[in-house]
Amino acid sequence: MDKALGDKIPEFNRKKAGGGGDGVGLSGTSLGLGDHRTKLETLAIILVAVVIIGGAELLLKWFNVPQYVLPTPSLIIMALFTEWGFIWPHLLVTLKELLLGFAIGASIGFVLAAVITQFPFVEKIVTPYILLLVTTPMLALVPLLILKLGFGSEPRIIAVALASGPMVMINSATGFRRVDLAKIALARSFGASTFQIFTKIRIPMAMPMIIVGLMVGSIFGLLTTVGAEMVGGAEGLGNRLTYYSALIRMPQFFAIILILAIIGISIYVLFYWIGKKWASWET
Amino acid sequence: MDATPMRNVAGASDKKAPKMVIAGATKYYQTRTGSVHALDNVSLDVRDGEFLCILGPSGCGKSTLLWSMGGLHGLTDGEIRLGAEKIIKPHPEIAMIFQDANLLPWRNLAANIALPFELKRKPVDQQRIDMLLKRVNLWGFESKFPRELSGGMQQRASIVRSLSVNPSLLLMDEPFGALDAFTRDEMNLLIQEIWMETGKTIVFITHSISEAIFLADRVVVMSARPGRIASVFDIDIPRPRPVDIQTRPDFIERVLHIKASIDHGRSPSDGLAIT
Repeated sequence: MDKALGDKIPEFNRKKAGGGGDGVGLSGTSLGLGDHRTKLETLAIILVAVVIIGGAELLLKWFNVPQYVLPTPSLIIMALFTEWGFIWPHLLVTLKELLLGFAIGASIGFVLAAVITQFPFVEKIVTPYILLLVTTPMLALVPLLILKLGFGSEPRIIAVALASGPMVMINSATGFRRVDLAKIALARSFGASTFQIFTKIRIPMAMPMIIVGLMVGSIFGLLTTVGAEMVGGAEGLGNRLTYYSALIRMPQFFAIILILAIIGISIYVLFYWIGKKWASWET
Repeated sequence: MDATPMRNVAGASDKKAPKMVIAGATKYYQTRTGSVHALDNVSLDVRDGEFLCILGPSGCGKSTLLWSMGGLHGLTDGEIRLGAEKIIKPHPEIAMIFQDANLLPWRNLAANIALPFELKRKPVDQQRIDMLLKRVNLWGFESKFPRELSGGMQQRASIVRSLSVNPSLLLMDEPFGALDAFTRDEMNLLIQEIWMETGKTIVFITHSISEAIFLADRVVVMSARPGRIASVFDIDIPRPRPVDIQTRPDFIERVLHIKASIDHGRSPSDGLAIT
């Protein structure tokens, strides 16, 4: 018996006309969050984590690796707790910059995508500049922004908006470009206005790509926040990274990295669930 | 092929006022490579309460004609009237049924059927919807999403969606083209029953000759490039027509008759002759 086929019911997802085939759906990321796992799979996942973390702990101790080269996992966790009182104000600064910058960038990106895709001529003219924004690391602008706006949060928020906005825009635009004439004709035949076609047909149809854009945009936003904090200023988790590494306080340094990893994973999980809820119709 | 005797205004002899009048409908599409002549001076009366099938090869402009009848796009020349009203935009008395059911995949069945009410900003007529759902055997499937339903069920749902707003004219654009033969027979029976029960006027587009004969009071045959009416056939088979009627010799004779008229009107270069 063919193993790949196994007990599969011989019925295939007939890809219906329309809906477009250019979607990069969230299901493409096969991390399988929230999908049904067997007990064995859960157990294996935990076991592997224990082996990796425990193994690192043992190996680092066994070979007497000095703390300033690579601290053991237990030291990192301990540093996280002992240093928490000093860390959390910086965490708040980072989150504030990320959320504000992302909110501004994503809103502008979304609105621009929605408007521009309605005018193919304008889209052709604007797209190269958006690509420029997407491909140029916005971190490069941070020193300039600091020069103009000082060492506060503002230059970093602007950098985050500049980094996440174009990502949201370019993905949303791909979504809005997926025109299904039959569905628009359907709505129109029931007397839909242009605005109703936008809210009832175009937005839901673009939703899977909009969510992908928001996810990629927010991750880019996180990168830019931390990078911008490392460039200048005296607050934020990025600043703490340079601070602790300058003092060679490696457990604290890795504790910060752990926090950043948790923020990143949280963003992914958040949008994974949003995608599941609002874009699950597209398999 | 211009010399077909029945090409003039069909149904003009009917005493009752026609449901819809198509007068000299002409349509050119402007494309990048030039203009395409889709409809050429099509004139046709749709009688009140009749089941009219428009039959023709792909690219003969039958969908263009139907979309114009539904007010989805304008004509280059000529006009279409529903009663006294000129159709220039979608009309509440007209509902369309599309190929492939055309349900919105992000809405469940109930939300799909509620769409016309939402767009018209009217309260949902749940009583009528429930009645229709029961009629087409979809009662109890309201929370299912389109992808969870078979092709036949999807198309039944789209029929409910269109009938829910109680239109008097139903325009159907090859609605069962993507279904398998068994489901298609089932759907043809259902649409015949619905037509007989409701007395609505139906214009039904198909490229299947036997489907057209099975369903229609009149079959309008269109020819392509440019799209024009080639001939009109009256189908006087008594109703209700059972599915197995399609195997009867006189039915097959009608199929061959219409087929011959289509082949006759086509120039030899248009298609390969099977010898």
